[in-house]
Amino acid sequence: MFQLSKTGSNKMIKRIGHAFSMVLTAFSFIVCTSIHAEELGYPEKEELTFGFIKLTDMAPIAIAYEKGFFEDEGLYVTIEAQANWKVLLDGVIDGRLDGAHMLAGQPIAATIGYGTKANIITPFSMDLNGNGITVSNEIWEQMKVNIPKQADGRPVHPIKADALKPIVEKFQDEGKPFNMGMVFPVSTHNYELRYWLAAGGIHPGFYAPHKGDTSGQIDAQALLSVTPPPQMPATLEAGTIYGYCVGEPWNQQAVFKGIGVPVVTDYEIWKDNPEKVFGITQEFSEKYPNTTIRLTRALIRAAEWLDANENGNRPEAVKILSDSRYVGADYEVIANSMTGTFEYEKGDKRAVPDFNVFFRYNATYPYYSDAIWYLTQMRRWGQISDDKPDSWYKDVAFKVYRPDIYQKAAQSLIDEKIMDASAFPDFTNEDGFRSPQTHFIDGIVYDGTKPNDYLKKFEIGLKAGEKI
Amino acid sequence: MSLLIRNLINLDREQSFSEQSLLMAGQKLKQALLPILGLLGFLLMWSIAANNVTTSLGKFPGPGAVITQFDNLYQEHVSERDKELAFYERQHKRNADRIAKDPNYVPKVRAYTGKETFLDQILTSLKTVLSGFILAAIIAIPLGIAIGLSHTLNQAINPIIQVFKPVSPLAWLPLVTMLVSALYVSDDPFFSKSFVNSLITVTLCCVWPMVINTSVGVASINQDWVNVSQVLRLPALTHVRKIVLPASIPAIFTGMRMSLGIAWMVLIAAEMLAQNPGLGKFVWDEFQNGSSQSLSRIMAAVIVIGLIGFLLDRAMLQLQRWLSWDKASAKR
Repeated sequence: MFQLSKTGSNKMIKRIGHAFSMVLTAFSFIVCTSIHAEELGYPEKEELTFGFIKLTDMAPIAIAYEKGFFEDEGLYVTIEAQANWKVLLDGVIDGRLDGAHMLAGQPIAATIGYGTKANIITPFSMDLNGNGITVSNEIWEQMKVNIPKQADGRPVHPIKADALKPIVEKFQDEGKPFNMGMVFPVSTHNYELRYWLAAGGIHPGFYAPHKGDTSGQIDAQALLSVTPPPQMPATLEAGTIYGYCVGEPWNQQAVFKGIGVPVVTDYEIWKDNPEKVFGITQEFSEKYPNTTIRLTRALIRAAEWLDANENGNRPEAVKILSDSRYVGADYEVIANSMTGTFEYEKGDKRAVPDFNVFFRYNATYPYYSDAIWYLTQMRRWGQISDDKPDSWYKDVAFKVYRPDIYQKAAQSLIDEKIMDASAFPDFTNEDGFRSPQTHFIDGIVYDGTKPNDYLKKFEIGLKAGEKI
Repeated sequence: MSLLIRNLINLDREQSFSEQSLLMAGQKLKQALLPILGLLGFLLMWSIAANNVTTSLGKFPGPGAVITQFDNLYQEHVSERDKELAFYERQHKRNADRIAKDPNYVPKVRAYTGKETFLDQILTSLKTVLSGFILAAIIAIPLGIAIGLSHTLNQAINPIIQVFKPVSPLAWLPLVTMLVSALYVSDDPFFSKSFVNSLITVTLCCVWPMVINTSVGVASINQDWVNVSQVLRLPALTHVRKIVLPASIPAIFTGMRMSLGIAWMVLIAAEMLAQNPGLGKFVWDEFQNGSSQSLSRIMAAVIVIGLIGFLLDRAMLQLQRWLSWDKASAKR
């Protein structure tokens, strides 16, 4: 007991110390920036190429281009769609792309050397939520029986994977594999799909990179594999997979094409979860500091525009995104999720005003705790083979997530009176950790400062000391 | 009597002449009419089939939908050009503002950052295929002549050619991509990497038919001509220029036509796979978009790809007619 409280108080002191030093640096920083506010220089590199994958959450990049926010910063940006996440990451690493719309897990995985090793950082988090899990019509018919109904006959939401479990077990008894698609081994979608399945008692399988097994299917009941987002509907239609987890518009596309039914959105799995980030190499940020701050400024303004007037600009944004050079899907399909509604089963359209969040709730601020959540999931499913102390999680997060750059950009926007300080977190008191988050589908609370404690709470998944 | 006979013959000849001209006219009409009939039949079958096939992206596009798309694509091109003008205007203004603040600044004009329209993509593809093809010709024709002239060289190199000839372009592509990004490093490259990738892939695939055809053509020159050259004691280079080249031009051209056809097919596939700018990328992007317009836009691209392939072949044929002494070989 005494021991416990002692370590507790020790931690407390440490945390206070940590917070104090943070405040100090933040304070001195603000003093500096207000003195040098005038001096944000011209960009060192003006012609930039940014990559993206055809998903609605690339919107801040498209808006910053179309609304002239990049040009306001003196940046001449070419925007290029990429074939898949691997090609995109390689493009940023080998310099073909200066920056890109990335999965939150990509800069983290690259930094710890899971997959291609490279120092990728992120000064800007692009959005919250925006994904969904879709199953084929055939699976949906079987699932529907297990889901309780509302008074009006529609299924009660959120739908948990418990409803899917009997079907997966039937597949297992018959010796047939139950295949599902996700977009990348370190994607939000992979972790969300795994989270949802595991919360319903379905084992999504472990990775064992130290044995060369990166398929992620060890002990799996549901076999997950990679499919690029735009090909998801076609792969589902072909019967190669029975369900998938992907960003928009590819869930709504399945409803429109009548080939599948979205069962759950990631908003319901984890309310306001961080999604995509804007990734650049560390080398780029050091070689071109002004360019880095300026592109962050443009993206912040674009994100703010997307959420302004209570989503009032969204119809215009949808119009831009439906252009073939950006997402290119039909206006109606993109509008379905971007304008605050989400269509589950055909005709079952429900209001989800926060399905796509680009700016409110400090969505663009790169929180360390968000990075740590991804690291915990990498450990949970064996992508990180060995135990790591809490301090390791923090070190990685501090290396990859760069609120300092974000703060410089935001501060200069405030100083130039382009944006209001109230739009941003209170930088003097911000330590980069969100307060413990409670809104998970399984009710487990996440506290970013204690990653190892968090891992202990899961029934399915690796815990301290375990190794595949 | 003899006059009568002569008249009769004349009459007969006249009659046969008019008959002949009628027959010729009929044949010409047939020549013009049959392709049109074929085309109409095809369009009819297409629209019937299109009406009966429903994909998950809506109905399969019929001729009408594709024609509408051609118009759309052109309109997009026009509006993109307007945007480009506005882009340069804004840039000039921005440059001027900066000079006003900072007189030492040397203004730069940056290229338009907007999207490539369908017409731009066509031009990119054409440029790439022609550059790749010309590079291949520069390598293949001298090599082919050398192999054709020297039996020893032929025996040495033939196995390599035979092994590489059937390799699909798409197998080359990853290797080419990695090699180019490793070796072609420069801060301000004159050609973009994607262009070099496509170009080398095209070259690798269309070198072989040219080498083989040229060498066969050179090896099978009429022995009498070779003898003449030997009697005249022509120097080696003059022998090649005066005897070998003219004699093997039909064979060389046959190889070049085959190669150009292959080059065009290879290029579209390579652009699709490597996401290099061009018509192949256009098709792939539209497929990825999965909008209700996508299929008709892809169909429009397919028709353009076919037409360009056809025109390239005709152009090659015309070139052969001008250059070759053996007019018969150019008729096929």
